[in-house]
Amino acid sequence: MANATTAPKIVEPTVFDLSSPGRKGVSFPDPDVPRAKLPESMLRKDLPLPELAEVDVVRHYMHLSKFNYSVDGGYYPLGSCTMKYNPKINEDTCRLPGFLFTHPLQPIETVQGNLALMYQLQEWLKEISGFAAVTLQPAAGAHGEFTGVLIMRAYHKSRGDSKRVKMLIPDSAHGTNPASSGMIGLQVVQIPSDARGNVDLKALKEQCDDTVVGMMLTNPNTLGLFDEHIEEVIKLVHDCGGLMYGDGANLNALLGIVRPGDLGFDVMHFNLHKTFSVPHGGGGPGSGPVGVVAHLADFLPEPLVGILEEATDDEPPLFGFIKPAKSIGRMKAFHGHFGGGHVRAFTYIAMHGPDGLKDISQYAVLNANYLLARLRKTYHVPFDRICMHEFVAEGQFAGSDVRALDIAKRLMDYNFHPPTNYFPLIVHEALMIEPTETENKDTLDAFADALIKIADEAKTQPDLLHNAPSTTQFGRMDEVKAARELVLCCWLPEDYAEKV
Amino acid sequence: MTYIPISPKERDAMLATIGVKTLDDLFKDVPARHRFPKLDLPPALTEMEAAAELADIAASNENVRGDLISFLGAGMYNHYIPSVVDHVLRRGEFYTAYTPYQPEISQGTLQAIFEYQSLMAALTGMEVSNASHYDGATAAAEAVNMAWAQFRGKRKKVVISPTVHPQYRAVIRTYTQGMELELAGDDPNADLGSGPEALMSLIDDNTMLLIVQYPDFFGRIYDYTKLIAGAHGKGALVCVVANPTALALFKTPGEMDADIVVGDGQPLGIPMWYGGPSLGFFTTKKSYVHKMAGRLVGETVDSRGQRAYVLTLTAREQHIKRERATSNICTNQGLLALASAVYMSLLGKSGMRQVAELCYHKAHYAAEQLSKIKGMELCFREPFFHEFALCLDRPAKDVNAHLLEHGILGGYDLGQDYPSLKNNLLIAVTEMNTKEEIDSLVEVLSEVDHG
Ligand SMILES: Cc1ncc(COP(=O)(O)O)c(C=O)c1O
Repeated sequence: MANATTAPKIVEPTVFDLSSPGRKGVSFPDPDVPRAKLPESMLRKDLPLPELAEVDVVRHYMHLSKFNYSVDGGYYPLGSCTMKYNPKINEDTCRLPGFLFTHPLQPIETVQGNLALMYQLQEWLKEISGFAAVTLQPAAGAHGEFTGVLIMRAYHKSRGDSKRVKMLIPDSAHGTNPASSGMIGLQVVQIPSDARGNVDLKALKEQCDDTVVGMMLTNPNTLGLFDEHIEEVIKLVHDCGGLMYGDGANLNALLGIVRPGDLGFDVMHFNLHKTFSVPHGGGGPGSGPVGVVAHLADFLPEPLVGILEEATDDEPPLFGFIKPAKSIGRMKAFHGHFGGGHVRAFTYIAMHGPDGLKDISQYAVLNANYLLARLRKTYHVPFDRICMHEFVAEGQFAGSDVRALDIAKRLMDYNFHPPTNYFPLIVHEALMIEPTETENKDTLDAFADALIKIADEAKTQPDLLHNAPSTTQFGRMDEVKAARELVLCCWLPEDYAEKV
Repeated sequence: MTYIPISPKERDAMLATIGVKTLDDLFKDVPARHRFPKLDLPPALTEMEAAAELADIAASNENVRGDLISFLGAGMYNHYIPSVVDHVLRRGEFYTAYTPYQPEISQGTLQAIFEYQSLMAALTGMEVSNASHYDGATAAAEAVNMAWAQFRGKRKKVVISPTVHPQYRAVIRTYTQGMELELAGDDPNADLGSGPEALMSLIDDNTMLLIVQYPDFFGRIYDYTKLIAGAHGKGALVCVVANPTALALFKTPGEMDADIVVGDGQPLGIPMWYGGPSLGFFTTKKSYVHKMAGRLVGETVDSRGQRAYVLTLTAREQHIKRERATSNICTNQGLLALASAVYMSLLGKSGMRQVAELCYHKAHYAAEQLSKIKGMELCFREPFFHEFALCLDRPAKDVNAHLLEHGILGGYDLGQDYPSLKNNLLIAVTEMNTKEEIDSLVEVLSEVDHG
């Protein structure tokens, strides 16, 4: 441990540390028009930004990139996040000049390519999910959830049904589900899971009454299990007048396997950044389109892409924007994550076709069950049955003080990214493992071997785990110090005032 | 095309280990009558075919780097992006990583976000920045949520200048529906020439937040210092929606004592991409940091005494607070925060200022030339940055149609949002517009005058 009086060692300086007055990273041409008078009283006195040369900037970010683990670099079985391989062609198609350099407010006649692509993607997502209408506007999964719960409430209100205030959410749900409901002031009622990891039907029945807005369900759920009574669950919610929300974060298990719309879900968001290979970007951007059944289509956010004039014998259709009749409004400026989201997902679906999509889910589920089969003797899996695209094991052993966190950190020494830990909340010391379909058997075997070896180390050399990782550039972090001192920025107005 | 790296032989070995015969056996929990639907989708394309098809689709658009000369802005701007930015973004180490939940092996992303936060705080003149929101509009809506949390719902009024971007106002209306808030000032029929202090009459003891835009939607630059002091006098918070390019040149909202500064980071090295993804920035005073939504990176040390960075104050967020979290945001705009950090680092103190001045001079040249045309004049007299409203003697729609025939993307038709401005165009000029382009805009518009 560093002692409090020694200054920390700097591995890579910040761009502010690297700055040297007078260096330049880029130049722009001199103005080719007469200079206008600047409004003196409104000008900024100084701009405290760094001064660096181009090579300084490139080396700095190159150094930083080396401190990152990534899918391109290795196996990343982060549960619930679907860290599949991101095809390189997507990076090229989304950077075509016709996409990069179009303005969202251009006249529709000049951007028929973009609109046709969005329309087609809406249609494909409808077909894949079994919904009647899709909006591409939401920016990420949580934004899609927020869109969905607004739609659900607006639907009830439009029927004069204003006493519905409860949202039913299983205890295994992701935090964004209750947070999305909380954002619009709904009362969240937690529904327990049964011994097989399904929604507890009895508990659900008790909550189903005429104050229910609906239920938010992830299926397969965050245990990686397909609910064995899914149709009964949906029927119970529908019978009390509620709507069924599907968290589509786990859609990678269902492509060509089952359509949530066919099962009776009313609303669902897609995570294009999970299922449809949009890269996660170190935390976004994502894209979270929302699909709905026919009787909710009028409530979708505006605008949607539609056909304004049907095709004729010699003209293609004219695509444009339409406003749903009872729209909840606009979720963000412009039309959603077109370039980084829609174009990549479109490319991906086009290259897979119906059979390729089904292969994705079948192999994602194969890989998860293979790992489960290899690990269940070593790690306790509390809900142990055929899983879908992921499963959750316990990262603890009887008589040992080793925790899931230690196992996760030790995996780094074996050059693997750890699984998600401490989620879902209903499994003690959870290790949530999602292999995805883009890993081969050798990688899965190596990963299983490492986990089995670590289980052995936990018994024989627990300190190896407590002190892990030891082979990475950085060791464990002092999280308490970060929260207590709250250094959130290496530039502060008062420091700067002292310097100048 | 498939990206699955498993041979049939390996698959069979894996199925045997699992103890099932076929892949289909893994799906018995799925209700049989809905299992394995036939999807009506076009057959798979190879990479070669997909590349060609996507190139065709993209080419059927008219873009603003070859097909059209553009004077369109209204919240998204055509700026030059130095080559370095995309070279950094294309590093797989950055773009194929997840949110940095494991700091020991995510220091690249974490330090880059920490630097982004620092650069954004410096640019806006504020103390802290979060790691990003989805875009400028949702960041503005999150400012309302933060003010709501700050007053624990006891104040119920938000005063919004009608000169805040119409789509941002629309998003705020969407976000706040059902909260029983009063959104005062959000009126497209308001007097748009009366200056910001006119908003003072709407601010009272029930006001939680005042939102103004800088430069405003019509490009005008106001010093909001007095208005902000007035709002603070009533106990309200103030959020300034700012254009980041303008902040390299003009007095910062921080200097005016704003409590929150939000905006869209697209001008900072992010392509227009037909509207997204871009980046919503959100900066505030340190005293509000516990109420702020979104991820935050803080400095710390690791077990080896090295300076390092972690996600911090996570107890504010959805995965801990669940339904009591102030926001549900999870995935944000990480890679684009990196893009804007690279852009700001590269341009730095002098480059950022140079771009802002180029925009200013070119926009003023355009405004001066255009206002010489008979039947056209500037709608407002106030100082402006790189965008201005031009009053015409005929519908903006017709003028834009004429411009388009000459390969020019005209301005934004303000009549779409403001009934009183139906003959008005919002013209944006950036460093990308050459004098020749501006002169040809003037020339084509002069023809309209004669024609
Ligand atoms: C089950 C589940 N729901 C919702 C979300 C939220 O999605 P996003 O991060 O795209 O907002 C996630 C993402 O981690 C998730 O795993």
